[in-house]
Amino acid sequence: MSAYNGKYAEELMATAKYLATPGKGILAADESTGTIGKRLASINVENLENNRQALRELLFTAPEVAQYLSGVILFEETLYQKTQDGKPFVEVLKEKGVLPGIKVDKGTVEIYGTNGETTTQGHDNLGQRCQKYYDAGARFAKWRAVLKIGITEPSELATQLNAQGLARYAIVCQENGLVPIVEPEVLTDGDHSIEQCAAVTERVLAACYKALNDQHVLLEGSLLKPNMVTPGSEASCKASPEEIAKYTVRTLQRTVPPAVPGIVFLSGGQSEEEATQNLNAINALDTVKPWTLSFSFGRALQATVLKTWSGKKENVDAAQKALHVRAKSNSEATLGKYGTGNQEATATGKESLHVKDYNY
Amino acid sequence: MSAYAGKYAEELVATAKYISTPGKGILAADESTGTIGKRLASIKVENVESNRQALRELLFTAPNVSQYLSGVILFEETLYQKTLEGKPFVEVLKEGGVVPGIKVDKGTVDLAGTNGETTTQGHDGLAQRCQQFYQAGARFAKWRAVLKIGVIEPSELAIQQNAQGLARYAIICQENGLVPIVEPEILVDGSHSIEKCADVTERVLAACYKALNDQKVLLEGTLLKPNMVTPGSDAPKVSAEEIAKFTVRALQRTVPPAVPGIVFLSGGQSEEEATQNLNAMNALNTVKPWTLSFSFGRALQATVLKTWAGKKENVEAAQKALYVRAKANSEATLGKYGGSAGASGVGTESLHVKDYKY
Repeated sequence: MSAYNGKYAEELMATAKYLATPGKGILAADESTGTIGKRLASINVENLENNRQALRELLFTAPEVAQYLSGVILFEETLYQKTQDGKPFVEVLKEKGVLPGIKVDKGTVEIYGTNGETTTQGHDNLGQRCQKYYDAGARFAKWRAVLKIGITEPSELATQLNAQGLARYAIVCQENGLVPIVEPEVLTDGDHSIEQCAAVTERVLAACYKALNDQHVLLEGSLLKPNMVTPGSEASCKASPEEIAKYTVRTLQRTVPPAVPGIVFLSGGQSEEEATQNLNAINALDTVKPWTLSFSFGRALQATVLKTWSGKKENVDAAQKALHVRAKSNSEATLGKYGTGNQEATATGKESLHVKDYNY
Repeated sequence: MSAYAGKYAEELVATAKYISTPGKGILAADESTGTIGKRLASIKVENVESNRQALRELLFTAPNVSQYLSGVILFEETLYQKTLEGKPFVEVLKEGGVVPGIKVDKGTVDLAGTNGETTTQGHDGLAQRCQQFYQAGARFAKWRAVLKIGVIEPSELAIQQNAQGLARYAIICQENGLVPIVEPEILVDGSHSIEKCADVTERVLAACYKALNDQKVLLEGTLLKPNMVTPGSDAPKVSAEEIAKFTVRALQRTVPPAVPGIVFLSGGQSEEEATQNLNAMNALNTVKPWTLSFSFGRALQATVLKTWAGKKENVEAAQKALYVRAKANSEATLGKYGGSAGASGVGTESLHVKDYKY
């Protein structure tokens, strides 16, 4: 048997292609209840459902933003929420040409015998859950695998478990109509060089694409959400956007088959401005790039928005404007057209958003 | 450690890129002594060194042909042969802008416990052999792994053995300055459908690229020599467009863009078929980050051999026949072949031999 060729095949390919539209990217708004609690706490807002609802309404109804987004990743609770006026978020998004996506993994668990390495769970009844989400309007899914760099890490065991776990998730999604975003995040934690990050990322991505092939995943109906290739967060030398672009694209050229329509980077702990600059440099690079290179940013789209909002109704307008600024910048970056230093890079915009050993 | 980055890295990348020049391709003239014997026998020519030398001199000195070739694969004996006037073949080729390559595998051996599946040998002392070949002027190498399609074939064992064998050969080549052509040939023997061939090809290529990554091969300094995706030799034929569609899709699903060029083997296809199929692939409007060209043996030489028939007085005509096919295939790499090569009797003849061994 070749790759998945069932009833959803054509739709999956069309959806993946749409998500990969040049000039558009993904807003990752799928923070779990626990994680969004930390964000709200940082702006002194209580972690209640109505506050979570208010934040997401702010994001999804922000004027002039939808044109820059092909999709938004949601947490399960959010998939079923509505605006204050009673309109389902899913409808709000769809009307604006933004596809709803859904986080389907259930977090990480430690792998016995390793030095704190993890694998990701969430396979149980995944098929049925995907069907439900499809019925609720979701058209793509996301699953985050996590690997770290250390003296003996990532181990072959961790690499294999995560790669196979991603592939299993991916085929189950496709069987149930959802385009799987494959996310094998290699954490920036550590003092390793950019070369080491490149070597590890290549190894991890190669394992992923072998596993995807083993499990008959239709690559044309999938997306990749990788880390950019950068030095570790504690490395003595920072790298320029051009260097990050060079290593990142080379890594992808060596591992990602052209059948994959789009690659949407995670922002990790990068500041809003850094993430945009790096994405821009990646797209400005004159080299072979058969997939689109865009964003799937959470923190790097929302940091300033959150601080500006601070949970207050009177700040919603300004907060939505902040989202517009970042979304537009990143859209330009996907075309390699982001100007030198956004004049509106606020203090928050330049703030590193790195949190050690990040758990969503 | 990332991929090979040693002393030959830049040269390997440059060589692989040159071999992938659009409009050019490779002449596979690396038939072993045994195999070339069969070819010579078919035109009633004795398999002696002077005849083997004469044939290769005919090929390498054919006028106006080198512009269409970026490389020629040689058998070891040929690497050290000269023209009648005493000029080393290697020099003749280099002067024409044609890079000499060398076959380095030592044939296939059966895998116990399988149904006639094989793996390829030739790793012993490979590094030293590569060094010698480099000194003699070779700049790329070739190693042929063979898989077959059957009810339970290719087995995971055969795939893994051949993939790892190819990767091991590849890194050793690179460490010694030779660009490895990676050739995982899936035989056309059988009555399977084109879809089945596509499935198997995707599986095999995925295994190869995983193995190449495992063994730190520098993809930018390699080439791929795959089979086209076609129905089995005993199955109904399909159009060139369908072959193009399935072939390119299989490659899109498995071959990373870092690979600069893909050079197809012709298998048992006739000269004309091979050219038409190559043309259809290049005419396809889809994502193709690598060049798609030829590394043909039989599909470049069949008419040449028949025309030559071992006679000096036929050399010119035989060289012209090579020119016709080389030009046709060059146009095919640009998607511009109009079928003008004139499908002669031999040109349309199937060159399929069951269970083909070089």
